Amino acid sequence: MQRLFLTLVFAALLVAVVVLDRTATSGRTAAGGDALARHGFRLDEVSARAGMAFVHQAPVFDSRLQGIMPIVAAMGASVSVADVDRDGWQDVYVSDSAIGSRNRLFRNNRDGTFTDVAASMGIADVNRAGTGVSMGSVWGDYDNDGYEDLLLYKYGKPELFHNEQGRSFSPVTGRAGLPPWVNANSAVWLDYDRDGRLDIFLAGYWSEQVNLWSLETTRIMPESFEYAENGGRKYMLRNRGDGTFEDVTETLGIASRRWTLAVVAADLFGTGYPDLFLANDYGVSQLFANRAGARFADVSRDSGVGRAPKAGMSASVGDVFNDGRLSIYQTNISEPGVLIQGNNLWVPGQAGATAFENLATSMGVDLGGWSWGAQFGDLDNDGHLDLYVLNGYVSGEDHTSYWYDFSQIAVGHSAIIADAANWPPMRGRSLSGYQRARAWINDGAGRFSDVAQAVGATETFDGRAVVLADLWNRGALDVIVANQRGPLRLYRNTVRTDRHWIGFDLEGTTSNRSAIGARVELRWSGQVQAQEVSGGSGFSAQNDRRLHFGLGSQAGVERAVIRWPSGRMQTIDGPRVDTIHHVREPQ
Amino acid sequence: MIGDTAAAVSRPSAIRRFLVAVDNRYLAPVLVTFVLLVGHLSFGILESYTRTALAILSAVITEVVLGRLIYRRWPHLASAYITGISVGMLVRTPVVWPFVLGSVLSIASKYVLRVRERHLWNPSNFGLCALLVLAPATVTVLSIQWGNQVWPLIEIWVLGGIILWRLRRLHLCAAYVASFLLLAGVRSAITGVPWLATVAPITGPMYQLFIFFMITDPRTTVRRRSAQYLVVVAIAIVETVLRLRDVVYAPLYALFAVGPPALLIELWWDSAKPHRASIE
Repeated sequence: MQRLFLTLVFAALLVAVVVLDRTATSGRTAAGGDALARHGFRLDEVSARAGMAFVHQAPVFDSRLQGIMPIVAAMGASVSVADVDRDGWQDVYVSDSAIGSRNRLFRNNRDGTFTDVAASMGIADVNRAGTGVSMGSVWGDYDNDGYEDLLLYKYGKPELFHNEQGRSFSPVTGRAGLPPWVNANSAVWLDYDRDGRLDIFLAGYWSEQVNLWSLETTRIMPESFEYAENGGRKYMLRNRGDGTFEDVTETLGIASRRWTLAVVAADLFGTGYPDLFLANDYGVSQLFANRAGARFADVSRDSGVGRAPKAGMSASVGDVFNDGRLSIYQTNISEPGVLIQGNNLWVPGQAGATAFENLATSMGVDLGGWSWGAQFGDLDNDGHLDLYVLNGYVSGEDHTSYWYDFSQIAVGHSAIIADAANWPPMRGRSLSGYQRARAWINDGAGRFSDVAQAVGATETFDGRAVVLADLWNRGALDVIVANQRGPLRLYRNTVRTDRHWIGFDLEGTTSNRSAIGARVELRWSGQVQAQEVSGGSGFSAQNDRRLHFGLGSQAGVERAVIRWPSGRMQTIDGPRVDTIHHVREPQ
Repeated sequence: MIGDTAAAVSRPSAIRRFLVAVDNRYLAPVLVTFVLLVGHLSFGILESYTRTALAILSAVITEVVLGRLIYRRWPHLASAYITGISVGMLVRTPVVWPFVLGSVLSIASKYVLRVRERHLWNPSNFGLCALLVLAPATVTVLSIQWGNQVWPLIEIWVLGGIILWRLRRLHLCAAYVASFLLLAGVRSAITGVPWLATVAPITGPMYQLFIFFMITDPRTTVRRRSAQYLVVVAIAIVETVLRLRDVVYAPLYALFAVGPPALLIELWWDSAKPHRASIE
């Protein structure tokens, strides 16, 4: 009898494992139906109608990497937005990554269509042999002339283009003093010392010693799947104010050779200075706390974000609880049955605390797939920040998988894994391919549910970069997705008309003119939501620099408090809703 | 001085004295603790102290409860400790429950899945396989390398080798490693994958635990030496077949599939012995 009872309990426990496993993935996807009525918004893919016909081409590297080319050439599709010509409408810049291919600048025609003007403006032909190919771009007004300049980072020579009053771009890389070769997948503009001039943080992925088109050795791969420190170096380039930049990385104490795929700069400790979060592939993430612009302290372990090694792909920040605190979202790899890292949502402790806690699982935003670019934004204007996350690594032949071979080499000692010659050839197989995006909607009570399928984001290209931008100036965040070896996608967002919103287009005077690093705290209906102007976030992406707040059904706002990068505080009482406010920093 | 040296030579070394004096049942816990410490202090392999502690605690509590309930005695906790550490080290998941259920299922399997008072599966092998098969969306097993220093690996292999020698299990370990390396060559020849890639898994931490604590587990291995060789080679062959089918956790499944039938055959053989003797 006792044995029988024990056997039954044992069987029940086995069933419990199945049930708990199913629970972990079910209940996170919302049902279909009328998306607008049910979820508050709908996404319509309009890239062709809008004139954004573009298909990304991947690079082709040294023939000795041929067997694993889809992996080593798995990045390069990027997208960033900026109002290039100061007409009040956001323009879209996308990168191509084959030698000889051309990047695109889709100028906003203000009527729902876009025209590629990259060639005429001098920022198309940037993927030339010997200079490397584009991996991403970020916009910032480094000389405070009122026009957003372009930093292009590559596997190769990083390039800076000066915006000539919205009419064209001039290459100024030579005199700017940028490093000659960086194999970078991420960069951000930030004013780390708050001197009113935008600086550059540029993060290497592959070692800068490596020329992927002409290898001296095949020992270029990460020395470990979780502890690699043989990646590219990092560069903090201080803006001298005369069009040149100086390398102050070492002086500031930023020492890292991890394989950084994404960087976000934001004031995470309430000091008024931007801190740096690095999402690293093949290892732990890193958090550098800004000490009053004089140096950066590596607080990765103490803060908790740098303890468990994963494969960081994207970094973004958002106030998910509407309590004025910024959480960090980092994407990683989750492949059922093989590798479940889970994405991280690093939520800060209470005021004054420096530790973060990963609440991704309890909030339902951990399991996306092989996740890439992710951005926070209020997609349904309900007053809570949502998450849009892209997934999928290499879509090769359908119903094939490279995972076994990948897992085999991933275990190997550095003598094995670091040499590309030891990596099993892919032979056209997929590696976490054909995965769909997640549109995780924040219910405001600590849970997110995925509505991507229901609202119209159904495609399964290998998504890399995503940006959220109000391209039509309607108070809705549209979604632009750059797919690796796939088409650019523009999802026009239609939001329920009974939901209100407010936008802020900030312009610094004492602060950097792009107002990057400015923080707006919006108070309405007993809630407070904080957002910061970002000089780049997600993976190889930069959102609309204007800050967008959804308000739900509330047609009024108590006040907006702006903390400018200079430290100046500005309060706007009762700003009008359903409009974008252009705010200039008080002198 | 000479006398001191002579005395030192004539005295057994501290390690030797320890190995001779210590109860066999404590050797494996010592080794698994060593593996844990080396792994974590060198590379920080533990995702969380609390989760590892939870796994150990779950295993120990289950062992105590079932030991008291079924056999009315206080069980030795070495097995629970090893199982808890193995689950705590190897399970990779963003949720907490697999650390509890993995340990509970592992230990419970010893009490439920028995034939003639012998349990059939190595506890952690059963628990890990159950989690991998039944919860693929949330559970995986640590399948990456330790890091890049050779010395922790050497330390583990040296101490592990000494302890297995003391436990008279070193030949199992050696036979498995030899079979693995040989069959890795076969796989390389069949698939065209570089040989170094096919041997890469054996440099990873999963294999340290697999080799030192699963295939050599005295409770779930057959007793005859010749049969032990056969079983270990059979495990390596089944693993190879699974690897050729791209099964990521091939060694765990191979042991899961080969170990119990081997034990059953031995039990059947032993039970048939009196009958055979009477016929003769």
